[in-house]
Amino acid sequence: MVRRDRVATGFGAVLLLAVAMPVVSMVFSIWDQGHDELSLAFLLQDPRQAGQAGGIASLMISTGWILAICLAVAVPVGLGCALYLSEQVPPGSRRERGLGFVLDVLAATPSIVFGLFGYQFLAITLGFGFSLLSGGIALSFMVLPLMIRSAEQALRAVPRAHRQAATALGVTRTGWITRILVPSAAPGIAVGVILSVGRALAETAVLLFTAGYVLRRPDSVMDSGRALSVHIYDMAMNVPGGADRAAATAVVLITALILINVTIRGLIRPSRAGGHA
Amino acid sequence: MKQPPTLELDDVHVRYGEHAAIAHASFRVESGEIMALVGPSGCGKSSLLAGINRLTDTIPGCTTRGTITLDGSPLGQWPDAASLRRTVGMVFQQPNPFPLSIHDNLRFPLAEHGVPRRERDERAEQALRSVGLWEEVHNRLGRSALTLSGGQQQRLCMARALVLEPEVLLLDEPCSALDPMASAAVEDLIDSLRGRYTILMVTHNLAQARRLADQVTVCWVDNDCGCVVETGGREQIFTRGRHPVTRAYCAGECG
Amino acid sequence: MADRWLHRLLWLSAMLAALVLGGIVVLLIGRTAPFIAQQGMDLLARQWYPGDGEFGMAAMIAGSLAVAVLALVLAAPLAVALAAWLRYFAPGWLRRPALALFALMAGIPSVVYGLWGLLVLVPWINGWVPPGASWLAGSLVLALMILPLALLVTDAALAQVPPDWLHAGAALALSRVGMLRRVVLPHTAPAIASGVVLQFGRALGETMAVLMVCGNVVQWPGSVFEPVRTLTANIALEMSYAAGDHRIALFASGLLLMLVTMALLALSWRLGRRHHGTA
Repeated sequence: MVRRDRVATGFGAVLLLAVAMPVVSMVFSIWDQGHDELSLAFLLQDPRQAGQAGGIASLMISTGWILAICLAVAVPVGLGCALYLSEQVPPGSRRERGLGFVLDVLAATPSIVFGLFGYQFLAITLGFGFSLLSGGIALSFMVLPLMIRSAEQALRAVPRAHRQAATALGVTRTGWITRILVPSAAPGIAVGVILSVGRALAETAVLLFTAGYVLRRPDSVMDSGRALSVHIYDMAMNVPGGADRAAATAVVLITALILINVTIRGLIRPSRAGGHA
Repeated sequence: MKQPPTLELDDVHVRYGEHAAIAHASFRVESGEIMALVGPSGCGKSSLLAGINRLTDTIPGCTTRGTITLDGSPLGQWPDAASLRRTVGMVFQQPNPFPLSIHDNLRFPLAEHGVPRRERDERAEQALRSVGLWEEVHNRLGRSALTLSGGQQQRLCMARALVLEPEVLLLDEPCSALDPMASAAVEDLIDSLRGRYTILMVTHNLAQARRLADQVTVCWVDNDCGCVVETGGREQIFTRGRHPVTRAYCAGECG
Repeated sequence: MADRWLHRLLWLSAMLAALVLGGIVVLLIGRTAPFIAQQGMDLLARQWYPGDGEFGMAAMIAGSLAVAVLALVLAAPLAVALAAWLRYFAPGWLRRPALALFALMAGIPSVVYGLWGLLVLVPWINGWVPPGASWLAGSLVLALMILPLALLVTDAALAQVPPDWLHAGAALALSRVGMLRRVVLPHTAPAIASGVVLQFGRALGETMAVLMVCGNVVQWPGSVFEPVRTLTANIALEMSYAAGDHRIALFASGLLLMLVTMALLALSWRLGRRHHGTA
């Protein structure tokens, strides 16, 4: 019996190593392929010769814009929806389940389908064309479920005692929400925003037919622009000898994501320890 | 039949990290006798039980000190926890049968301990008979154990402990989660096990201790740590307690 | 008064989410309904020659399924085994860092997995059996992508096991392997299955990673070493130059993906609910 457990312990360790190997390989190979290209110049220069020379400055700008537009839509709508769920919908009701269903489906929908929808509706029907605007809005649809769920969790975590006190004092709904509820839940909501940023940075397929591929610095939100993730794809698949730059861009992207991950952990830990105001 | 061993604790401490749950615990349970461990909640009685069958090993940061012996041989020198737990069985406060059939609740531990298939059914039946469940369940052994009533589940848990043929039984408030009728059935069962097993039973129900126990050990909380106040024969503890705490605690039970 | 406005505003936000979903479904169905009605079963044929007006998607449907199923077969048992190992067998200090690592893996963009596939995996497979860019490459990369979340879901399910059973198991000196096999895993199976089904859906919907390593030849999946093309990769590849019926066919494949996703989601719920029933 004890032997069985000991065998299992050893076996599991082997499995862990088996899984660790590709991950380690991933880190090494990408660093190996790309680190030569990494330099301050890489980060500060615009790409030249279809990306085979120069850097990724304009791409970072485009990515930044797409992110900003995405958040500009997803955060208010997401927060509003989360507030609706936590304040105006009784738990277990039909409305809650219906909305939960909608969010679950949206969360499970493939990225490419969002791309199709974004292309047809935003680019063509609304006339935005291939643009940062189309890309940002399409991306916001994708991160909406994540934003809503995180914000809802944060809102529901605010202690009931606050709510009871506010009601007893005759505070208006608006006052309660804007002066007490949302500020109390702010750290959790911030975590939701950061999670959404992480998700948004990682997305590619949805941007292929909305934000497009253009390498130049965008002059306005109606211009097309290429996100970092799309650049990795293009350099790896469509540009001969582009693997180095693809890898270098990947390093930049992954670094950003790790920083985000660390920030989230940093925010979650203290709020769990002493965040009960 | 082999005589069950005597169980002796000598200056036993159980600590969770910095906090001592119980300290300086010493008493002796004679072979085949039932010892009731009584006292208010929080005086470390359950922790003491967990220390005896080394369930404390599974709790991170938990340490035990002192000497526990079975028939004179210290548990610290036992080869491994598994054989110890075969000899010392435990029943918990909340009935916790596995989500398996009634039969499998007994056959599974037997299979795990290497008992051949033919023997398993026999020993399962024997265990069920010892706890008085055989008549009630013999025609539905394949049903889930969770369909039994609370009292039946607890008796099944006792059967599960007995099926490994231990010599010592540790009972942690076995009746506190049961209704009075089920509780009475379990008490009768415990009574019937006297002589065949050495039994250490934690209870905060003094009337129950008075009904069942041969010996009683009284625990109390002193300075946020449990301790043993007095130990002795049942009648002596209840009628002629030497320690003021004993007298005060057992006041309700005295004639 | 302000309260009323706020109420309406919040309601509007919620409706927007529903509208997006509705919009996607309506758009997909609206654009493709006449086309589907006209094509009928031809859509399930094997010949995909959009230039000639032939839109048989069977080979790509098979490609999507093949890549996703193999990925599932590889990743799911591994995820469950590792989650159980981390919780019950691994040294205590290992658990938190390992789970953190898997959470990090879950956030790595699919293009990065695809890039690794191109740089390392495809040449490696090519060394065994050319061309390297293949069904197997796609499945291996996908397996790596769905493993972290499948593991985290399993870990969450294992955390729900009533500790009483584990105490009883310890008191009876039962092996952890035995407890897992007879008590813990059967009890958590519905919750684990629910999570795994969701990950399968994710594998089916994945685009970039499979696009980069599968070779993208439209053919019925034969040997695992041969290239295949998934529905998702097809959309990504052909959308930029597709016109007319071709484009509508791509939308139709998007609709199919959407419907399959919803069906898998329903299955995942069903399984999740059964778990609550027995708890």
